[in-house]
Parts: sequence; structure tokens; C-alpha cells
Amino acid sequence: MTTILNVDDVSKSFGGLKAVREVGFDLHEGEILGFIGPNGAGKTTLFNIVAGAIPADSGFVTFDGQRTEAMRPHEIARLGLVRTFQVVKPFSGLTVHENVLVGAFLNRRDPTEANARSREMMRITGLTPYADRAAQGLTLAIRKRLELARALATDPKVLLLDEVLAGLTPTEGAEMIEVVRSIRDGGVSMLIIEHVMAAIMALSDRIAVIHHGEMLAIGKPAEIVKDPRVVEAYLGEEFQIAPD
Amino acid sequence: MNRLSTLVKSSSSDLLVLLGVVAILSILPVALNPFLLSVATGVLIFALAAIGWNVLSGFAGQFSFGHAAFFGLGAYTVAILLTKYSVSPWLGLVVGGLVGAAFGLVVGWVSFRFGLKGAYFALATFAVAEMLRITFNNLDYLGAGIGITIPLVYGDDWVRMQFSNTREIHYWLILGLLAVAVVATIAIKRSRIGSYMFAVREDEDAAAALGINPLKTKLVAMSISGFITAVAGGYFTLFFLFIDPDVVFGAVVSVAILLRPIVGGMGTIWGPVIGAAVLSLLGELTRSLVRDPPAFLSFIEGANGLDQVLFGLILVVMIIRAPDGILGWFRRRRKQAQT
Amino acid sequence: MGRKLTSDTTVNETTQGRSRAWVWTVLAIVAFVLGIFLVQSGWWDSNHSVFAQAVVSGLLIGGVYGLVAMGLSLVFGVLDIINFAHGALMTIGIYASYLLFQEYGVDPYISLLITVPLLFVVGMGIQHFAINPVMTAPVHNQLLLTLGIAIMIENILLVVFTGTPRSIELPYARESFDLGFVTLDFPLKVFGAVVSMPKLIAFVMAIVLALVLYVLIQRTWLGSAIRASAQQPEGAELVGIDINRIYMITFGIGAAAAGAAGTLVMPFLFVSPTAGATFNIIAFVVVVLGGMGSVPGALVGGLIIGLTQEMSQIFVSGSSKFLSVFVVFILVLLFRPQGIFGKAHR
Repeated sequence: MTTILNVDDVSKSFGGLKAVREVGFDLHEGEILGFIGPNGAGKTTLFNIVAGAIPADSGFVTFDGQRTEAMRPHEIARLGLVRTFQVVKPFSGLTVHENVLVGAFLNRRDPTEANARSREMMRITGLTPYADRAAQGLTLAIRKRLELARALATDPKVLLLDEVLAGLTPTEGAEMIEVVRSIRDGGVSMLIIEHVMAAIMALSDRIAVIHHGEMLAIGKPAEIVKDPRVVEAYLGEEFQIAPD
Repeated sequence: MNRLSTLVKSSSSDLLVLLGVVAILSILPVALNPFLLSVATGVLIFALAAIGWNVLSGFAGQFSFGHAAFFGLGAYTVAILLTKYSVSPWLGLVVGGLVGAAFGLVVGWVSFRFGLKGAYFALATFAVAEMLRITFNNLDYLGAGIGITIPLVYGDDWVRMQFSNTREIHYWLILGLLAVAVVATIAIKRSRIGSYMFAVREDEDAAAALGINPLKTKLVAMSISGFITAVAGGYFTLFFLFIDPDVVFGAVVSVAILLRPIVGGMGTIWGPVIGAAVLSLLGELTRSLVRDPPAFLSFIEGANGLDQVLFGLILVVMIIRAPDGILGWFRRRRKQAQT
Repeated sequence: MGRKLTSDTTVNETTQGRSRAWVWTVLAIVAFVLGIFLVQSGWWDSNHSVFAQAVVSGLLIGGVYGLVAMGLSLVFGVLDIINFAHGALMTIGIYASYLLFQEYGVDPYISLLITVPLLFVVGMGIQHFAINPVMTAPVHNQLLLTLGIAIMIENILLVVFTGTPRSIELPYARESFDLGFVTLDFPLKVFGAVVSMPKLIAFVMAIVLALVLYVLIQRTWLGSAIRASAQQPEGAELVGIDINRIYMITFGIGAAAAGAAGTLVMPFLFVSPTAGATFNIIAFVVVVLGGMGSVPGALVGGLIIGLTQEMSQIFVSGSSKFLSVFVVFILVLLFRPQGIFGKAHR
């Protein structure tokens, strides 16, 4: 297995609060690595560091053979590591197609090719019927898919998905899981943060548990649910097999 | 050539409209008296300046309150090159545009680097334009407060761009420039850089997450914008043959430039042109109303400033009633009609 | 700081802090070297009265700038509106007191009793009918709306009064006043600088009005309602504050401050429809310098800008005094956009 993303000994504090402490992990090519942990555990901070949105206090991030911890978000995205936002950020004044087109332009200059790429991504994510609708005023489920389609249009090697299922109904969630699977089958590796346990257990090849900014455990889903530290710290209190 | 043909294919409707508009406008000189033709030429010059503003503020979302800076730099570049170095305005317009673009790069780099956005960026651009106005007012080499007058030549002189039937030719030339600028904005809108400008306008963080360099995108917008508006300023010199710092750098100029796209529709291809046409039509109407009012309004005759009161009122009502301009208003009406 | 702008100016705190310290250090060194140079070269001996005049003139006009900026700052802090009509409102104050003086012989300082309430009502009306509909509109639309209002006001005044500049002479501007312990002989001489009576009164009244405004905002129920509406509009509504009324009243107060400033400058200004416009621009600079929404900041900022414009005249002769003001403005925007009194934010 080739490692596409390596995070090594990363720490970040905000004032006195240690949000991330000496966290390290590998992401293998073609793998989905899920992150779980209570709210405020530091998952999103870790994502922000990997995506370059906030600088780490210490530690290294290596993506596809290049050190990225000092890079700006757009430089990292250009290398092929692309994130979605927990609170979706659609380009409200543009149509769905124009939104996806922005992503499609990253690796193609020609408008015709970019258009085709956008149409293809909208097809994969089931957005075709909404293509010419303004992004403003779409339902949350559609906006989440838009966020995904836009990121996907950039031809990423690795996707960081921050709670793409949160706030969706079970049906919408199931559709989204299918979309994520098909993206993985297309060869894209993924880091995902998710609160819906059933979903993350089913999707992830491995799971990392973050608690108080620390990496508590990492391993196959079946191992994680049996890990006594994990059960004590997290699963024991709020483990839900069904989505909430 | 390939990219040109895709541009033509993908924006055929915009280009057809352009063809129609240019066709109609180009026969206008036949119908207009000399005074109105001058007015129309002024409209086209400010429409061109407004197209430049629209690239930065409408497309890339960085609201400039100081585009007079570019307009004035273009105007002065042409005037100085012509009067002091006898450089043909043809070259002067290009140099003026480049000066505008370079100035845009410098101002943009400093302000965006320091994170100026929204109202702060607007105020900073305003201050920059005012600083240029004051500076030019104090530089003797540039004519200081007296300004620069372009000496008249007799007969046709294509090098100095003065003609015996000066109005028609200037009208057609500026119309041509305007058409070129419209084509340029259509091309920008369709291309990657246009798409990136829209993305940066809507959400910089989301844009950066998709691999867009917001700083670079804004700088490109600023330099294109500065170029176009400076060319318009240069043409102002050629047509009116006189400039001074207040005329080309004044806050009134900045406002005149930015009002056009806002009235027409910010961030659209045709907004600046429609806004320019509507605003000048309104201006002329109110002015002629005050000059020569109907009987029941005879008391307003010659009331200096009344046209401006009306203008301010229209502006206020428009911002409240049609905040996204004429095009936006029509679009909303159409959408309402559909549902 | 206003809400919208706070989130708009996310400046990296550490680089901001570093560059700020750097700038202050450089400024201090430049000032020190310049000071030594001026004293050594004998410039000081021959120019100290010019210097004194610049300091006095700068402080006097600075107080008025502060008063104008206070209203602007208050409106910005509470309504989050950048008001381009503020100078025009000031011009209404100018013409109102001019008219009262010329037609009815009302002393300009007595006419404050009329111009302040008048502008308060006018301001409330403008807020209610024009500003309120655009409270949630994009910044540039709000800006243009106030610009439209300014164009209307200025040109209505132009229609009514024509563009001819007018001025008045205070009947008692050159008299002496016996205050018991000291006799003030106007125009006053202070360290070789001339102080005219109208400017001194304007300055003193500006300080007094600033204090009144400060007390109003910090110590009264209305003030706490205004502050609550500025910081937490939703929370303010929850505790039963009628936020639309607060917005109206705040805009009224802002306009009243502009009106008061207009009345105070009328006796030493050429009265014209655009008289207030210059003050408007300077007030923007002052507001940004003092920190948007801060009343004390506006006063201090006003004094600084007043000093800057007058002092720059000495050192760079022939240049417009506004150039230096804009230079300061740009520097503040770049290095300390939250102003000297604003809190640093992320």
C-alpha cells in the first residue's frame, strides 16, 4: 500500500487550549479513513491544518511526496488535496453548474472541456436537474452534494469531507453514502469526519478516534468498536448505531 | 483560433446582441445633431470606463470607490505624451492603459496583501484617487491646477487623432473600443479567470479550497479593470481636448463610473452599457425639463440643481426598489412570471 | 466595530502585531531625528510662532472634526451604515443657523437649540423612510443610497439658496470679555498664535457636546439600549428593545451631532451647499482612525487629523493639507484598520 498523505506529530493550540496534540497518521491510496470523536475533539482543526487553512504550531504534513504544512490552501488544493466545509460554502450568486465549473477549471483551461467536466460531475452527484438553478435557496442536501461535486470536479487525489451527512434525512444520507462510495471506487482517497456512526463504520476502511485533541486509536472499524479506551472515552457514552 | 471559435459558439447570444447594438449605434450620427452626438460620445466614454469598473467590482467583487484614479492616469498619460513628447495618442492610449494596469497592480497588491475588503477597500480606493487629484493639482510639470489643453490642429490628422469632422470619427472610434471591451468581458466571463473572479467574489475561502489564488485573481481583475478605465480616460482627453485634476480625478468621476454598472446591473456584461445609456438619458431629460419646463411646471425654469435633486431621488428609489439594477429587476420579474 | 466589517477584516494577528510595533518604532525614530534636526538647524527659533499657530489651529478645527465624526461613528457602530449623507446633514445645520441669524437675528449659538432638534427629526425621518429598507442590503448599495440622499440635500439647498457663498460676521467676535480672573481680548493671542473667538467657541462646544454624547451613551437607559443593539441586535430584541426605534433614534442623534457641528462652524466658514462635504470625507478618516463606533476615538482622531493637516502645511509648503490626511488614512487602513481605540480582532 502506498501512502498518499502522511501527518506527523501535528499540534495546534488556541490561546491556552490545546486543540490538536501530537497527532500523526497515514492515508493510503484508495482508502477511506474516517475520523470520529465528540464535538470539540479537534477533528475539524486537524482538517484545517491538513488543508492549510490554519498553520500548525508544530509537526509535518506530507502529501504525495511534498511537504505541505507551510503551504496556502490554494497551493495544497492544486496538488490534489481538496476539502469540503462543515458549514457548506456554495457560491450563492452562481448557478449550480457555474459552481461546479469553478472546480472543473482547476485542471483544464478550455471552457468546453471544463463544461463537460462540470456536467459529468453533476451527473455523478445527481445534480443535473438543478444545473441552472441559483445555488442560493437550494435545500441543505443539495448544497452538500454541490459542495462535493465542486471539490470532485478539481480531479483530487485526496478529498477531505467534513460532515457531508450532517443534517440530512436518512434517505438523503443513504444517497450521499452511495455517491461517496462511487467516488472512492473511482480511485480517490478520502479523509472523512462524520457523526453518523453507522455511516462512518460502513464507509471507512479504517477509523481514527480523536479525543481532547489526541489520537486515541486508529484501526479497522471492527477493532475500534472493541478498543477499551475508545469505548470508555467515547463510544461508551454516546455510541449510536442509528443516525440521529 | 480554436479558442476563438468556442468563444463564439458558447456566447453567440451575447455576441449577436453586441452586433445588433453596434449596428444601431453606428448609424446614430446620421440622426443626431452635433450637440447630441457629443453627448453620445461622452456616454460611450463613460460606458467604457464603467466596463472597466465592472470587471473589478462586478466580476471580482472588490468594490472600488476610486476608479477616477485610473481614468485620470489614462487621461494624463495621453495628454502628457502628446503635448510634451508628441507621441501619437494611438500609442498614448495603449501606454495609458498600461499605466492604469500597473497602478492597479500596485494599489491592489498593497491593499489586498493587507487584507482590505468591503467598505475598507472602497474607502482606500477613494483615498488613493483623492491623493492623486491633490498631487496632480500641485505638480507644475503636469499643469497643476490649470490642467492641460491639447492644441488644435487643422484638417485631418490621424496621428494626432484630430479630424475636421471630429465628432463622427471620434464617435465611431470610441464605439469600436467599446465593442472590443464588451467582447473582452464576454471572453473573461466564459474563461477560467472569469469563473475564478466570480468564485472569489462569492467566497474567498471556498475559492481557495478549490485551488484558486484569491490574491492573484484579484490582482488580475484590478489590472484589467485599470487598463480599460484608463483607456477610457485617455479617450476623454482626446475628445474634450482639455483636462485638469478635478475633472478627471474628482470623486464625482469615481461616482459617475460606478453608478453606471450598478444602475444597469453589476457583474453582468450589459449592465455598464445599459446603465450608461439610461443614466445619460435621465440626465438629459431632467436637464431639458429644467431648461424648458411645461407650462404647469414653469416655476422650475432655470432652477440650477433641480435636475440633480431628481437624479438623487431616482438613485434612492432605485436602490430601494431595484437593488440589483435594471437587468436584475427584469430577471426577477421574469422569474416571478414563471412561477 | 461594526459586525459586518469585523468579519470582513480578518487580519492575521501576529503579523499585524509585528508590523504595528515596527511602524510605531520607525515613526518615533523619524520624529526624534526630525526634532533634533529642526532645533539644530535654527529652524525652530525662526518658526516657532508658525508652529504654535499650526498646533492651535489644528486642535481647534480638530475638535469640530471630532464632533462631526462622532455622529458618523455612532451611526456606523450601531446601524453598520457608512453614511455619505452625513456632511450634507451638517450643511443643513449650517444653512439653518445661517438663516436664523440673517432673517431673525438669532445668535448662532442659541440657534443650536433649534438646529439640533431639527436635525434629530430629519435624521429619524431619513432613517425610517430610506435607510431602513436597505438595512440588510450589500454595503455598496447602502453607500450609494446615502450618496443619493447627499446629492438630493445638497442640490435642494442649491436650488433654494443658489451656489453663492455667504458668510456672516459675529457682532461680538472682536470684543473683550472680563472673566473676573482674566480678561480675554479677542482675537486671542496664545504663544504667538491667533485664536479667533468663533473657532474657540466651536472647539469648546464640540468638547462639551462630545461629553454629553458620551454620557448619554454610557450612562443612560437609552444609551445602554443603543449599545446593546450595536453588539447583539438579536439579544437586544429578546429583552424587549424595539430595535428599529433604536436605529431611528441613533441615526437621529448622529444627524443632530452633524447639525450641531454645522451650526458651530457656520460663523467662520463660507456657507455653501457643499460646505459639509469636505467635513464628511475628513470624518471618514477620523472614524477609521479612532475606531469605528468609538465616541472618544472620534474625538481623539479628530484632534490628530486636525493637527496633521495643519502641521503638514509647515513642513511641506504649498501642498494641500488634505494630502497628509489621506496619507495618514491609508496608513491606518493598512496597519491598524480597527483604529487606535478599536480592539484588535482575529
